[in-house]
Amino acid sequence: MDNAAGFLPIIAALPFLGALFPGLMIQAGRNTCAAFTAAPTILALTLLLLCAPAVMRGEVLTFGINWLPSLGLNVNFMLDGLGLLFAGMILGIGLLIILYARFYLSREDPMGQFYTYLLLFQGAMVGIVLSDNILLLLIFWELTSLSSFLLIGYWKHLPEGRQGARMALTVTGLGGLAMIAGMLILGNIAGSYDLSVILTQKEAIQASPMYLPALILILMGCFTKSAQFPFHFWLPHAMAAPTPVSAYLHSATMVKAGLFLMARMWPVLAGTPEWFWIVASTGLITMVMAAKIALFKDDLKALLAFSTVSHLGLITMLLGLGTKAAAVVAVFHIINHATFKAALFMTAGIVDHEAHTRDIKRLGGLRHLMPITFTIATIAALSMAGIPPFNGFLSKELMLEEVAHTHWIGPHWLMGAVATVGALFSVAYSFRYIAHVFLGPKRSDYPAKPHDPGFGMWAAPAFLTVLVILIGVMPMTFAGDLVRVAAQAVTQAEPYVNIYHWHGLVPAFWMSVIAVIGGAILLRLHAPLMTMWNATPRPEAKVMFDAVTRAATALSRAVTDGVHNGALTRNGAIFAVAVIGAGVLGYLGGGMAAPTREMLPVTVLPAIGWLLLVLATICLVAFHRNRFLALVLMGIVGLIVSMGFVYLSAPDLALTQISVEVVTIILLLLALNFLPRETPVESSVARRMRDAGIAVIGGVAVAGLTYAILLRDFAAESISVFHLANSYKGGGGTNVVNVILVDFRGFDTYGEIIVLGIAALVIFALTETVLKGPGGRWLSQWKADRYAEAGDRHPLMMVVATRVMMPIALMVGAYIFLRGHNQPGGGFIAGLIVAIAFLMQYMASGFAWAEARQRVTYHATIGVGVLIASVTGIGAWLAGRPFLTSDYGYLHFPPIEEFEWATAMAFDTGVFLTVVGAVMLALNSLSSMARRSGETVNIMPMDINPALNDAPDEKEA
Amino acid sequence: MELLFASAIGLLTAGGLYLVLRLRSFPVIIGISLLSYAVNLFLFGTGRLVVDMPPILQKGVETYTDPLPQALVLTAIVISFGMTAVVVMLALGSFLSSREDTVNIGPETPPEQPTQENEA
Repeated sequence: MDNAAGFLPIIAALPFLGALFPGLMIQAGRNTCAAFTAAPTILALTLLLLCAPAVMRGEVLTFGINWLPSLGLNVNFMLDGLGLLFAGMILGIGLLIILYARFYLSREDPMGQFYTYLLLFQGAMVGIVLSDNILLLLIFWELTSLSSFLLIGYWKHLPEGRQGARMALTVTGLGGLAMIAGMLILGNIAGSYDLSVILTQKEAIQASPMYLPALILILMGCFTKSAQFPFHFWLPHAMAAPTPVSAYLHSATMVKAGLFLMARMWPVLAGTPEWFWIVASTGLITMVMAAKIALFKDDLKALLAFSTVSHLGLITMLLGLGTKAAAVVAVFHIINHATFKAALFMTAGIVDHEAHTRDIKRLGGLRHLMPITFTIATIAALSMAGIPPFNGFLSKELMLEEVAHTHWIGPHWLMGAVATVGALFSVAYSFRYIAHVFLGPKRSDYPAKPHDPGFGMWAAPAFLTVLVILIGVMPMTFAGDLVRVAAQAVTQAEPYVNIYHWHGLVPAFWMSVIAVIGGAILLRLHAPLMTMWNATPRPEAKVMFDAVTRAATALSRAVTDGVHNGALTRNGAIFAVAVIGAGVLGYLGGGMAAPTREMLPVTVLPAIGWLLLVLATICLVAFHRNRFLALVLMGIVGLIVSMGFVYLSAPDLALTQISVEVVTIILLLLALNFLPRETPVESSVARRMRDAGIAVIGGVAVAGLTYAILLRDFAAESISVFHLANSYKGGGGTNVVNVILVDFRGFDTYGEIIVLGIAALVIFALTETVLKGPGGRWLSQWKADRYAEAGDRHPLMMVVATRVMMPIALMVGAYIFLRGHNQPGGGFIAGLIVAIAFLMQYMASGFAWAEARQRVTYHATIGVGVLIASVTGIGAWLAGRPFLTSDYGYLHFPPIEEFEWATAMAFDTGVFLTVVGAVMLALNSLSSMARRSGETVNIMPMDINPALNDAPDEKEA
Repeated sequence: MELLFASAIGLLTAGGLYLVLRLRSFPVIIGISLLSYAVNLFLFGTGRLVVDMPPILQKGVETYTDPLPQALVLTAIVISFGMTAVVVMLALGSFLSSREDTVNIGPETPPEQPTQENEA
């Protein structure tokens, strides 16, 4: 038994895994592709059947994996009677659809895509019916909306297909959102998101004041999915899909998902007046209204679409009645509807496929041309009409019996009367499907010569009609047990299931007779009624839907444009004011403790530094229009900040800051080469005063906050204590900052080097785009507006000096890197230093010269760096430890003194390489712009080469 | 000392804010850099200021500087370089493509003159 429960996640996963194959297998031919689609379905169905015996005995199989227990989201699966019924329908009819679609789709249709979508959809549906956790259920629920969107819009070239798909997604997606809210409320009331718990909490849920909101929200989801009035309009538009999709989605699966959920929640939500009024009324209205419309549709699929809406309404109404007997009938009709409706859709598809039209007005007399299709369609349609001995008759009789005893509004007989009218229309359109398509005289003007299709195409509907007959003749043998276990799951009680044909001369019998006779009369009068119908104005759902969508689009565009008008400065100002406002609010909301720390004394050195910083900043703001001067002043600020770090006992930071400073300034200088030299005066004085006001208030606020923090001790003990205590013991390094970077917070660093690498690649990509676009064309003609260049771009002394310095700089880099674990230094700083060493060559000897000597690409450097860091991290798994756990030890080779090794060192190497690669790629991208601008490239290391220039025959270069 | 530190951060913030609100890309970049200094210093300051404390573990020493803010700031410095570089590139790209280095599109600046490059 427990073994069977283990199949549940596999059953749910199989269609998803299977979805990988059709796209690959289509290369091997259409039959192979279909076979590979059928295989996971067959396998899942087999596993389901292995689970079936236990479920039929009344057991509930459960399987659980904790996923996000803190959120109450667990991968819990459950299989009870209801789940078995639905999963069986989804997989069984799915299999028939796969067979049917193999012959239905033409050579031009991408079949691999179709089967992939179909399996995705199938997996999502199976997931819904097997979920025990409602959050998991919601995920699958949304997946059905998405995958059905793909299926409905499968014929991408048809505008109807695309619009229908969008409409279906919008309506069912919106309902899904409402349902998420409803489910969250429900889970909150019940104290768990597991169905097995929720279903036991009936009293608590129905007594809660949040019951009604939760009910309405959940029903929104169900009604939109199951196309109940007033959300029914999407379903007919979804008929633009290929017929196999319609047959699958609208007989057994997607639209039944809403019914499934209502049935699933029936034990806790049903039985209240609210439930009765909302659900039963909606169902009744939908049933009658849709049946009436169906009668007047000339498109075969539209007729079936509205009949589907009508039957869904019928089932919804039965569930809404809230009695156990009605729930049993609902379950029974779900089975019956799936069988005859899938068969009917398939026959409609066959007619369309063979006659090249599904317009009823252009059809008729097909019974001679397509006898097999005629037989199948007739049996299924008679079942839909509720004619004995087919299965539709049984459930319709039971339904009429139930409503005859139910008091709705007004007189006691009203609900029965309305339902009879619905049944009457149902009979009429079912008869019409037979009479106007297959009966009547043979015509001579079919768009194509109709004939019965091959066996592969009619096998699936034929199989279903066999079920229709078998269940109709011997209901207890073929459906009784399934109905019993499913109804048991719905009602959470042992139901009384006894389906038989003759109930005596009960009201239901007379209602049925009225319906059949009335339906026949309606069909007789169809032509004049149709004229009347066409003459009456009706609201058109698509027009309204389009108007609402347009209005919503216009509204959101207006809001977006209003909030975001393209003015970055305005957004910046609003942001700054908002942040300051939030800070002030926070400050006013609480008190401040008394200072607990003494101020450090001010000595001369920091006072000078402070003065320089203040002067540089003020000058920077005052003279920012001179951009070159601004850069110089920014360099001063950066330098003082670095020195501040040294003074305040942070050597690692000082080293980092100063090396970053160098590369930043070089970068900005390179950029400034192409930008205007001056910033023009544009903003008004008032505007500048406003900005200055914001800036001063912001500055004062930050200064105050910093001052307040600096004078107070930590409110709680800092985790730094842990780092200090464990740095050497656990990480094997005495430089705690570096150990934090490569060990304690290694994951952060890992993320950061990836971000850095991405930033560099973004820069590279941007450069390429700009150079390929108008910017590049402009650059290549750009000459003017340059600074007067120095006569000698690559001075001899500088070239020589940088050459000599190169190995030294590299050695310093290596030294800084190696000592990093125990002394100030490490991968970040070493990377920057090495990058600067390379940069010096670029500056002194020119881009071309340096690049010609560069053996590795910077992209590769970044990639290798991240890879090394990843491999180091993964290495910890081999030792059975979490990602990035480090290890260290000591090595001793006799002549050299003992030295330490640490896996953190390998990680730091990754950091080092990424930093080098990222910095160099960024600067290299900028320099490639300079080359595009026609800046001459020197081939020689220097412009003035003494060896050449001094030779008597050579002209000056 | 704390007063000097706090006022320096305040000044850097004010200068940065003012420049970020300018209309051309270059001052905005400089402003972002100033704000980066201020934020990094602020983060560093949350470890409280200490002078002449060892940052490296040594035998017989009990009190050290707070290593955690330092580690955080170290990566922040490197990341802010990456960010600055991207922003510089964006500014440069937009200037080269449109011959304009304004940061605003919309009513605050005159509409862009369509040039040949833009139409291409």
